[in-house]
Amino acid sequence: MTNNTVISVRNLVKKFGNFTANDNLNFEVFKGEIFGFLGANGAGKTTTIRILSGLSVPTSGDALVAGFSALHQPEEIKKIIGYMCQKFSLYEDLTVRENIMLYGGIYGLNRKLIKERTNDLLEKLNFGAYGNKLIASLPLGLKQKLAFSVAVLHEPEIVFLDEPTGGVDPVTRRQFWEMIYETASRGITVFVTTHYMDEAEYCDRISIMNEGSIVALDTPANLKKQYDAESVEEVFVKIARPPIPHKFVLKQEE
Amino acid sequence: MRTIFYLIRKEFIQIFRNKFIGRAIFGVPIIQMLILVPAVTFEIRDIKLCIIDRDMSSASRSLISQLEGSKFFRITNSTFSEKEAESLLLKNKCIMVLQIPSDFGKDIGNGKPVKLMSSINAINATTAQLSWAYLNGVLRDYNLDQAKQNINRSAVSAISQIDIRNRYWYNELLNYKFYMLPGILGILVTAIGFLLAGLNLVREKEVGTIEQINVTPVRKHQFIIAKMVPFLLIGLADLVLGLLIGKLAFNIPFEGSIALLFFSASIFLIAVLGFALFISTFSGTQQQFMFIAFFFMIIFILMSGIFTPLESMPWWARKIDLVNPVAYIMKINRMVMLKGSTIHDISRDIYSLIIIAIIFTALAVKRYRKTA
Repeated sequence: MTNNTVISVRNLVKKFGNFTANDNLNFEVFKGEIFGFLGANGAGKTTTIRILSGLSVPTSGDALVAGFSALHQPEEIKKIIGYMCQKFSLYEDLTVRENIMLYGGIYGLNRKLIKERTNDLLEKLNFGAYGNKLIASLPLGLKQKLAFSVAVLHEPEIVFLDEPTGGVDPVTRRQFWEMIYETASRGITVFVTTHYMDEAEYCDRISIMNEGSIVALDTPANLKKQYDAESVEEVFVKIARPPIPHKFVLKQEE
Repeated sequence: MRTIFYLIRKEFIQIFRNKFIGRAIFGVPIIQMLILVPAVTFEIRDIKLCIIDRDMSSASRSLISQLEGSKFFRITNSTFSEKEAESLLLKNKCIMVLQIPSDFGKDIGNGKPVKLMSSINAINATTAQLSWAYLNGVLRDYNLDQAKQNINRSAVSAISQIDIRNRYWYNELLNYKFYMLPGILGILVTAIGFLLAGLNLVREKEVGTIEQINVTPVRKHQFIIAKMVPFLLIGLADLVLGLLIGKLAFNIPFEGSIALLFFSASIFLIAVLGFALFISTFSGTQQQFMFIAFFFMIIFILMSGIFTPLESMPWWARKIDLVNPVAYIMKINRMVMLKGSTIHDISRDIYSLIIIAIIFTALAVKRYRKTA
């Protein structure tokens, strides 16, 4: 573990009954990088991200997040991370400003700082007109950008994004990634799951998960070279091929 | 502390932003008070009476007119056929049948013992027993009159009789509304707090917003307290409203200390809210919560002593009531409002409520999981 490591996962296992969602994961994430966490639906990405953010306890093994154990100190982890989930979770019946104030208050920012950051944030997003609008009335793209901004409102060391751009149009996705870059440039580590392969190209390093295990981890360029592929998408398809041919599945169902 | 403040602020905004809930919180108690207080009563008047007078003598007529004269009975039917009387009972046309035998007048004249026969619809045991008691009262008066008429007056007066002068303490007029109102107040405060607080937490689970809270450093007790405080305040506001209606619409007396009533109500509400939130930590959907909440509310309320005295319940039921917060507030409300009881008179109940409140709240905090 170098001084640069902010997340260090060791022999992490998570089981739900008989099902193993995370099967002995080992990897590290470095400070300030954009770490892409790829995998098909059900590969176990969300399970991992929930453990790393202290929402779920590992069955065995452990992960150190900014020096705190996911097994023993989940509440300490929560103080220094931001989190945004694929299921949009700001309060729909509060206005933009009320949501920002709530989370600012929860993370212990003082009233003056909340006000300052609220105004900065609204200005940066060109959100001025939306400040007093209810979240419920905003289009999805704006909601997602806002949720991301709120997740980094308290300047966390790491921000976890679980499929942040799901269902969002290409232009907004582009803008979203600009925000991610800007955040990373401030020294905040970004841990992001996605299944848009073009987004994976934007990451500093990516890991590809398949059936609960990490099957590849490197920079996008190295992976493409290693698998002799044009794009990350090609790499992904080569690695995360469905394990059973469709024909066989059909037969079994009969 | 500041975190709790921000969370409470959020709860209040959400509660009153929902136009329907925001209004219902104050509308429902008003309507409940105005309807339930006068409607829920055990007072029995105008008992429908069917007479079978086989005698048709002056003596039997005088008995009938005495029955008619009392405010408790209304003679709805009069027949000679037992069959018809029975069918009237079956159809609920009357609830009591009184048979006067054919030699009633003659026997009375001869000083022989006389027997009357009454049948009462006892599906509702309380009504039956009260009707019977009223009938006895009228007959007693009738007997006394007979004695006075037949023996000479001075002789009757010479017989020593026990005459009880009764005063009904704490509710001199036996006004049922005065008895029910403090109870109804307790129930409506329970219902509002219990349902709204519990549903509120489960809703956050359903919508998914609780996940975003769980990934923040909010402490568990902060979250639970922030869910309690708004509904505690709303409950107390509803109590103010209920008392005002009691005063204005029903002119209920208030003998005790208002501060004591509100102090007890606050502890009571904490207990109820703690319990509601405890249940909601188990429930994944609002439907599940409603089902379990309904189950417990029925038990809490019917066993609280609002309709039936706790003393007449079986011993095991009274043991269950030791953890029923509604039973305590029922007693406290009535004692403080009608008897003017002081904190010393109800200290045991207050202590019990405090213990229950602490236990339920602690359970809610403990059971609420930020990490699955």
